[in-house]
Amino acid sequence: MVYLLSAAGYIAYIINPELKKTARASFAGAAIGFLLHLAYFSFRWSESGRIPVTNFFEAINFLGMGIVLVFLVMEFRYRIAALGSFMLPLVIIFMIPAATVSGKIEEIKPILRSGWLGVHTTLAVLGDAAFAFAFIVSIMYLIQERQLKAKQWGAIFRRLPSLEVMDTLGYKAISFGWPLFTLGMITGSIWAEIAWGTYWSWDPKETWSLITWVTYLVLLHLRTMGWRGRKMAFLSIVGFVFVLVSFFVVSRVPVGKHIF
Amino acid sequence: MSIIVVGLSHKTAPVDVREKLSFPEAMVPDALKALKGYEGIKESLILSTCNRVELYASVNDSGMGVAQIKKFISDYHKLSPESLEQSLYVRTDAEAVRHTFRVASSLDSMVVGEPQILGQLKDAFEFALKAKTTSAILNKLLKKAISSAKRVRTETKIAESAVSISFAAVELARKIFGDLEGKTVMLLGAGEMAELAARHLLNNGVKSIMVTNRTFERAVELAKEFNGSAVHFDDFPTEMVMADILICSTGAPHYVVKHDAVSRALKDRHHKPIFMIDISVPRNIDPEVNKIDNVYLYDIDDLKGVVSSNIEGRQKEAEKAEEIVVQEVETFLQWERSLDAVPTIVDLREKVEDIRKCELEKALGQLNGISDGQRNAVEALSTAIVNKIVHAPIVVLKQEAADTANEELFKFARKLFNLDKELKRHIHEKGIGSSGKDEPGRG
Repeated sequence: MVYLLSAAGYIAYIINPELKKTARASFAGAAIGFLLHLAYFSFRWSESGRIPVTNFFEAINFLGMGIVLVFLVMEFRYRIAALGSFMLPLVIIFMIPAATVSGKIEEIKPILRSGWLGVHTTLAVLGDAAFAFAFIVSIMYLIQERQLKAKQWGAIFRRLPSLEVMDTLGYKAISFGWPLFTLGMITGSIWAEIAWGTYWSWDPKETWSLITWVTYLVLLHLRTMGWRGRKMAFLSIVGFVFVLVSFFVVSRVPVGKHIF
Repeated sequence: MSIIVVGLSHKTAPVDVREKLSFPEAMVPDALKALKGYEGIKESLILSTCNRVELYASVNDSGMGVAQIKKFISDYHKLSPESLEQSLYVRTDAEAVRHTFRVASSLDSMVVGEPQILGQLKDAFEFALKAKTTSAILNKLLKKAISSAKRVRTETKIAESAVSISFAAVELARKIFGDLEGKTVMLLGAGEMAELAARHLLNNGVKSIMVTNRTFERAVELAKEFNGSAVHFDDFPTEMVMADILICSTGAPHYVVKHDAVSRALKDRHHKPIFMIDISVPRNIDPEVNKIDNVYLYDIDDLKGVVSSNIEGRQKEAEKAEEIVVQEVETFLQWERSLDAVPTIVDLREKVEDIRKCELEKALGQLNGISDGQRNAVEALSTAIVNKIVHAPIVVLKQEAADTANEELFKFARKLFNLDKELKRHIHEKGIGSSGKDEPGRG
């Protein structure tokens, strides 16, 4: 709910740039929302006695929280209010499916009870959240890029940061998220070895994650070769679509071990 | 006391008239001094820019003040008063205040929202302060005008968008690069507008400039002027790699900057964006270039389009700004009116203080042998009673003065507290109070 208000505030701000105060209040709103979220998360943790990331509901909750955290840090650091106008709606879109599935606490198979669970999921979620941030910045980049080329300004043109800033932020987010994602995969694989005796078993989630991982790797590589701008933004969006697929689609396919 | 403004601007006088009446900076202190000598001019300030010449003053009588200022202008510039009459406008009292605020907020400017006028007004104020020709009223007027202008700037978008070609170029460059610090601009060809754009970019943080021209000598000349480096015309396609911003303005009848050259340059600069501005007519940069990734090409019509849509936006913002000015003028006028209450309040305070002291002495004379503590307590008691009694009337006087400027109220208050006769008799008899304060004409 608080996120909804905060998102509304940010959207109002981008439509009417005089509402600087609204944007500031929205930032506070997002921060409060995050704290409430964190409180709920901790509550579930203590209720169930394990880190609450094991079913679809919990995973989305966790990812949403990660995105808000990344947003808050970036917004605090770079003060680009327009980010909020894009980030928070994304969080809300994420949370909608969470609201539709059961939120009740379920028992998990004892085989999965392990400290690796927290490490693996936290790393993966933080990586995904950074990718989400890069995705948003890429969309903003493309909007502004198109308007600059077409010489036609939309209503939000003035509120968007410069192309170079968005390009750099997107790259930074990916170069921050990719190592985390990599570590997430490595820890997952170690954990799989402990639980099932195999590092890698080509279950759909693993496969998609690998595709995602390779996409971002290619992106980072092309970046060092001098690619930038529009193509990078596209690639970053493609990468995030893979993240979404692996999160929302693959997880629901009843094959493999990552079923929620 | 009233505030007057006498002057002329781009709206009332053509440039040749404005020139004749202008006060160049070096002359302003001298002119202020001369103006001080004119009868009835209590405070004065001279604002002289290329678009306006205005004299601000506070005077006892506005009619006489205006006449005196006109006389000063014709004396100072040695022009006949009749020749001035046509182009000079006069604003007095509330209108003068409103005019000042509008000028400061750049609502009266040729290009509404242009930021220079506020700086010019600040300078004019600075000169007047140095020459000591302003005091309470003009100081307050100018400070309020400056703060209102700042309010207008933060609360409206009036100054946000660029309304000249060269500023539009800077604005677009910011949209692409963000901070222009450390960027390099390349000037291809010459021409007033191109040079102006280059200068604006340099003023906004661009680090270095390269200049190229068909005649190398001209390039060297320009480069020296901009503190940049000259490039041989034949080398520009390779040197272009270094340029983040390219301003093109040659007289060539064909495309000088071609698609291939640009796409090669872009590859060599690792696809870092280039902002290209083609001011030349006919165009010198192949329009197809705009289709290359990370190249943003704007020709003169594109820039004009940016400017005209910005001007439209400003008109809307100007309406909001006018509202702010109305509010600010009202608070200033309230302050000005509240000054009217000051003499009455001063007299009232003096009177009750005299009564208090007098009665206190009497009472203390009768109370023999009281301790210092008791004496202090009695004194404190008298002060407290007096202050509490006059508090409400003083508040009402101030408030009413600010709201309505009601002369009758002061007369009534003076009568009620018997300030006019009693005060003076009292002071004479007792010889207390600061006698220097009851100068005539206070009431």
